[in-house]
Amino acid sequence: MISTPSDKILLSADGRPLKQSLSRSLRQQKIRALLLIAPLLIFIFVAFIMPIVSMLSRSVENDLVSQTLPQTVQALQSWDALSGELPSEPVYAAFALDIQNAAKAKVHTKVGLRLNYEKSGIASLFKKTARKAKKWDIQNDGPFKDKLIKVHKGWGEVEVWQTLKTHSPRYTSGYFLNAIDMRKTAEGADFQPEDKTILIKLFQRTLIMSLIITFSCILLGYPVAWLLANLPMRQANLLMILVLLPFWTSLLVRTSAWKVMLQQQGVINDILVQLSLVSDEARLIMINNEIGTIVAMTHILLPFMILPMYSVMQTIPPSYLRAAKSLGATNWTAFWRVYFPQSVPGIGAGSILVFILAIGYYITPEIVGGTKGVFISNRIAYHILKSLNWGLAAALGTILLVAVLVLYWTYDKIVGIDNVKLGG
Amino acid sequence: MNFTKTIMTTASAALISGAAFAESHMSMEMTIVSWGGAYSNSQLRAYHEPYSAKTGVTILNDDSSSTAVAQLRAMNEANNITWDVVDVEAAPAMQLCDEGLAMEIDPDTMLAAAPDGTPASEDFGDMLVSECFIPQIVYSTTFGYRTDLVGDTPPDNVCAVFDTKTYPGKRSLFSVPINQMEWALLCDGVAKSEIYDVLATEDGQDRALAKLDTIKDDVIWVSSGSDTPQLLADGEVIMGATYNGRLFSLIEEQKQPVAMIWDGQVMDLDGWIIPAGLSPERQARALDYIMFATDTQRLADQAKYISYGPARASSAPLVGKHADLGIDMAPHMPTAPENLSRAFLMNYDFWADYRDDLDAKFQAWLAK
Amino acid sequence: MSEPKIIYSNPFIFTVTSMGIMGGLVGLIFGVANGSGPIGLIFGAFFMVLMSFLVIFLSKNESFVRYSICVFLTLIGFYFVGIIGLFLGLLLGLFSSWFLFWLHLGRYRAKLQPYLSSGQVLWHYTFRVICGIIFLFLITPILVVMPLSFNAQDFFTFTPEMLRFDPDGYSLKHYRDFFTNNEWQRSFKNSLLIAPIATIVSVSLGTLAAIGLSQSHVPFKRAITAVLISPMIVPLIISATGMFFFYSHVGNFLEDTLGLDKNFVGYVKVILAHSVLGIPFVIITVTATLVGFDNSLTRAAANMGADPVKTFFKIQMPLILPGVISGGLFAFITSFDEVVVVMFVGSTNQKTLPWQMFTGLREQISPTILAVATILVVISIALLVTLELLRRRSERLRGLSPG
Repeated sequence: MISTPSDKILLSADGRPLKQSLSRSLRQQKIRALLLIAPLLIFIFVAFIMPIVSMLSRSVENDLVSQTLPQTVQALQSWDALSGELPSEPVYAAFALDIQNAAKAKVHTKVGLRLNYEKSGIASLFKKTARKAKKWDIQNDGPFKDKLIKVHKGWGEVEVWQTLKTHSPRYTSGYFLNAIDMRKTAEGADFQPEDKTILIKLFQRTLIMSLIITFSCILLGYPVAWLLANLPMRQANLLMILVLLPFWTSLLVRTSAWKVMLQQQGVINDILVQLSLVSDEARLIMINNEIGTIVAMTHILLPFMILPMYSVMQTIPPSYLRAAKSLGATNWTAFWRVYFPQSVPGIGAGSILVFILAIGYYITPEIVGGTKGVFISNRIAYHILKSLNWGLAAALGTILLVAVLVLYWTYDKIVGIDNVKLGG
Repeated sequence: MNFTKTIMTTASAALISGAAFAESHMSMEMTIVSWGGAYSNSQLRAYHEPYSAKTGVTILNDDSSSTAVAQLRAMNEANNITWDVVDVEAAPAMQLCDEGLAMEIDPDTMLAAAPDGTPASEDFGDMLVSECFIPQIVYSTTFGYRTDLVGDTPPDNVCAVFDTKTYPGKRSLFSVPINQMEWALLCDGVAKSEIYDVLATEDGQDRALAKLDTIKDDVIWVSSGSDTPQLLADGEVIMGATYNGRLFSLIEEQKQPVAMIWDGQVMDLDGWIIPAGLSPERQARALDYIMFATDTQRLADQAKYISYGPARASSAPLVGKHADLGIDMAPHMPTAPENLSRAFLMNYDFWADYRDDLDAKFQAWLAK
Repeated sequence: MSEPKIIYSNPFIFTVTSMGIMGGLVGLIFGVANGSGPIGLIFGAFFMVLMSFLVIFLSKNESFVRYSICVFLTLIGFYFVGIIGLFLGLLLGLFSSWFLFWLHLGRYRAKLQPYLSSGQVLWHYTFRVICGIIFLFLITPILVVMPLSFNAQDFFTFTPEMLRFDPDGYSLKHYRDFFTNNEWQRSFKNSLLIAPIATIVSVSLGTLAAIGLSQSHVPFKRAITAVLISPMIVPLIISATGMFFFYSHVGNFLEDTLGLDKNFVGYVKVILAHSVLGIPFVIITVTATLVGFDNSLTRAAANMGADPVKTFFKIQMPLILPGVISGGLFAFITSFDEVVVVMFVGSTNQKTLPWQMFTGLREQISPTILAVATILVVISIALLVTLELLRRRSERLRGLSPG
């Protein structure tokens, strides 16, 4: 290094102070790194983050009611929802106008369906009313209060109007409350009635079953990863094909293969009956319940556990174990005190991968899970594809995503995300 | 009367020639959405192939009917409609029509008249349950059972499903309230004519679920028409609900030891809708296809490949033998007189009004 | 074959007892299957003990003894059970004769360190057996799928004909269906078009970003990594719906404003969506390879006057190639096996193989799916072998000796 004691400042070859020169090169390095990352970052941001955020924002958006029934929402503002009395004639008149317009524009069922998520029966109430309202003359046919109540007695229920008013703001917390088995009422947040609470239970089940799956993956993956890491390379690579092969077989096919294996007239039961280990009448039920989901998903996710474990274990020198033993450790102590701690990052990386993938799974539980082995993702899919309650689906998805992010963050703090490896 | 007929024929002739004239402005490729399996195959052979041969249009088949409502809604919202003609059941068709997602059809100008000149509206008659819906077939959801697994007294009555003492073993049911609730009430002693009145009340719904509770542990819940045939073939269930066409194929084509219970079959309609908001060329093409595919001969042709009854009165006499098996198809139709007498007619208006409520309730009950 | 090294001969009591236990277990299984467990157990144990005695005392000619045991058990099996018995007898004969000599001559120690205690040797082999069972668990579905794809019936069921090895129970009709059915062919072609392009997009962007990420001074490194691997952690059904709306807008813009072909735009949408899903895998594998990358190599190259582009392709790329390729293969399989997103984002023209399989599974149960899976398994074996060859090549490049 050049040192110039007279100046007391270190200069680099081009005469600049070394500190400045170093920081300039550091800055250049940073810029170069960022330039390399930028294309992908922008790509992911535009092609993934934006769509996801806009989807998740549906969990709080609620402009359907105020857009479809603008007059009614306005008129309802002066009505005290907790008074226990029905709104007055102007509200009914405003509603008659709104529902007629909505019926003509064919948007009344959408808003009916929206409110039906909050109170069952409103969908049919809207449909019936709209059918009649199309023929009304709004100017002259009033007063509408009795008329509407005559069309359907639902319009004489305070609760219906309360629901309408509670869910008229443009942004709502209603979907999130629904997602945790609560509901938004005129009095504030309240618990759902008993016969409608399933979501908390599903969240719990998803969590517990994902943990079980992760744990069984560790149990099955550890010995295999150990074997692969300690065999000579050529043999290990051959066995690695056995690990990767199922990984490369279509998920759908693997899942249906498990169906063939596990069902009551399936391969496993047939063998057990042949060997008289179970009687023909008492065939084991291993599918359409939790067992089916756990077995099939453990199988599907096992490679995601083995690969990171393997790449970590490969870096542990076998001489450590021998050294421990030569110093007098028993087999178990040598493994538990010397080898195992070094393999923990592999377990951590595998677990986080498996757990995150497991709690988002949807197709496998759908096929082998029956009613008892399905996850929260199946519920999300149900709300997106069948009940069309996208707001609730988005709220459930947001909760799931936040849970995963918290997990990811914790993991990153404890182990460091750089340790996640997939073979290679 | 004669006068109207003449006008009708002239009008439709004019329309046809108009359509021929418009040919060059029509799209040459179209996506038709249906249910897959043997059903799509019957449509392929009875409708798509002759239509392609006649017009040179390429038809792409998409088996997405089971999620059609959600997808059409999403497509409409995103203004990106990729489907041209969609095969749906009557109830979803009514819902799509209500939501403005399906185009309204005037049967007498947009559909072909019967060969004897009867206008389409009369020929289809009661089957025209919605302004947007062009009926195609009558199908039914009913039960099949394994002849070798039900003992000496084969079931003849739909209530055998609820009788786990006489017929022990698993049964498969659809994981939706439609049909399952009706069967539950029917077998709980409610008269056929009163079922929908009972089901409209809170107590009635609880009663149906309570009845289903008695067999809940013996049920494998399925979500598609292909599940029950597979479960029956495996002997995984002793009886199960599915569409009569699937059972026909299981029994007659696959030669499995299975028989049908026609009692308590719930009849439903299946047909076409055209999504609202198509570009004029694509709409013209879709209408042209519909006009072709729902004429009397075409509907009768479909019955050569699958045991569903044609929705036109004028097609019924033309139903012949199965194209490959050579079996007389008429007795296998849900509309055959002896089968019809034991059928149960679905009330569309009821389900249009209560579907969402009961769906939520049923799903919560299932998950319990 | 060279004769394995004999370390020492076990006392016969050890061999005889072990063989007796083995025979007892086999006998128990057969006994239970035929009505009486205990008789099978006693008979099996007795038979194996007798055989061990005879062999140990009567003969030193190993291959003759092994042949006779195999022939004897095969004949017994054939005589009592028939064709299946013949196979089982042969298997049992091969195994028991090998096991006998393996035990008796202490061959199990041949490849182990000589200082291990008996307990350690026992554990060594128990461990191998456990691993074997786990490997079996891993490939079970493939073992089920392959024979079922030759089913003569249209169901996912092992028919009695198949179990009897009756040729009537087997047919190639599902393979014929795959090769002649338009829908399958079209979706196969679509998959072969979409997956490679999506892979190229994710690999090229992903590798660049991974190189950037692995430099020492990257601001917001953690946050950036989190964003880049987010496609892996968002539940697919949410990604699918979100992407559907967004890509529809993009598609409408491309079609209406730029006047691009509808079909072309459809493929672009699916390819973009699949590239996004494949990126986390590329990032993870490539950064992992770069962790062990020696940066002085690039500096050396720069010192000798190579420009950055040349340095990248001549120095860095060959060394991280295994990571890039395995990342690419993961990305490829992500696209090739993806069903939820493509069903939302794509239209029927872009129907891929998994999509066709999914509808096939949902709407019509047809073993054509299994035939396709079998074909794909064969293709993946080919891919994996390629990967292995590349790995060996990279070892040579790095100057590492193969293990």
